Amino acid sequence: MKSAVIVFPASNCDRDAKVALEEMTGRSPHMVWHQDSELPDVDLVIIPGGFSYGDYLRCGAMASQSPVMRAVKSHADKGGAVLGICNGFQVLTESHLLPGALMRNAGLKFVCKPVELTVEESQSAFTRGYEKGQTVTFPVAHGEGNYVADEATLDRLEGEGRVVFRYQANPNGSARDIAGILSEKRNVLGLMPHPERVVDPATGGTDGRALFKSLIETLS
Amino acid sequence: MKARVFVTLKNGVLDPQGKAIGHALNGLGFPQVGEVRQGKLIELELKEADAGKAKADIKAMCEKLLANTVIEKYEIELNP
Repeated sequence: MKSAVIVFPASNCDRDAKVALEEMTGRSPHMVWHQDSELPDVDLVIIPGGFSYGDYLRCGAMASQSPVMRAVKSHADKGGAVLGICNGFQVLTESHLLPGALMRNAGLKFVCKPVELTVEESQSAFTRGYEKGQTVTFPVAHGEGNYVADEATLDRLEGEGRVVFRYQANPNGSARDIAGILSEKRNVLGLMPHPERVVDPATGGTDGRALFKSLIETLS
Repeated sequence: MKARVFVTLKNGVLDPQGKAIGHALNGLGFPQVGEVRQGKLIELELKEADAGKAKADIKAMCEKLLANTVIEKYEIELNP
């Protein structure tokens, strides 16, 4: 599987994503700077966590207007896989590649801890390696992970099986405990928790490995 | 021409920051304060003399970047 990781000013999980991809795929991803307007020929694009552009205006708002995001949109339009983690999820909603928005945590505090999630869908390129209903533990680290969308959008996401991960104990006030969602074509996944931080037992767990394995099996 | 853009959360969207500000004001001895909503004020300077054109341009800016219309609404004030 060939992959790329987008690097914005103030991305800070780009290297975590790189290390996870190296560990899981055996090859280095392309690290693509935000001002590049073209992507290399890849199967997967990861938009990493962090604080792109210092979270100015709104989290992900400035990043969504960067040259590289036009290339990411066209990659997604052609059916290419895109994984947005944490700030990457915020960038994807601001880019309208995913519906809804991420607001300030209901408790107003930055939440940084491992959380238990239910895998709601195993019918996706990202989660086929999990059992539906399985519990996984991924860390979260965000101040603005409170997912909101209008009721009609939430109903549609649920009805179409696009709510992929749900919090078991909601840490941020997210509507319907939503932690991660798929795009309509199911090739774009955005989630607040960090699967790339749980691929090596040395960093606290291995529950994220199956997500990368799923992608490798689907995209290679 | 100068302009101001007020970006606020849509009605019905919960505003945790506004809520916290309200609680703080109540705690500071202002029990008369009910609901508080927080927003943003953006001041712009435009090289544009025509008010209609300026307003249309700012509307485009709001839709494209200044507001996230999933959760926010905006108001434009020219020559404040």
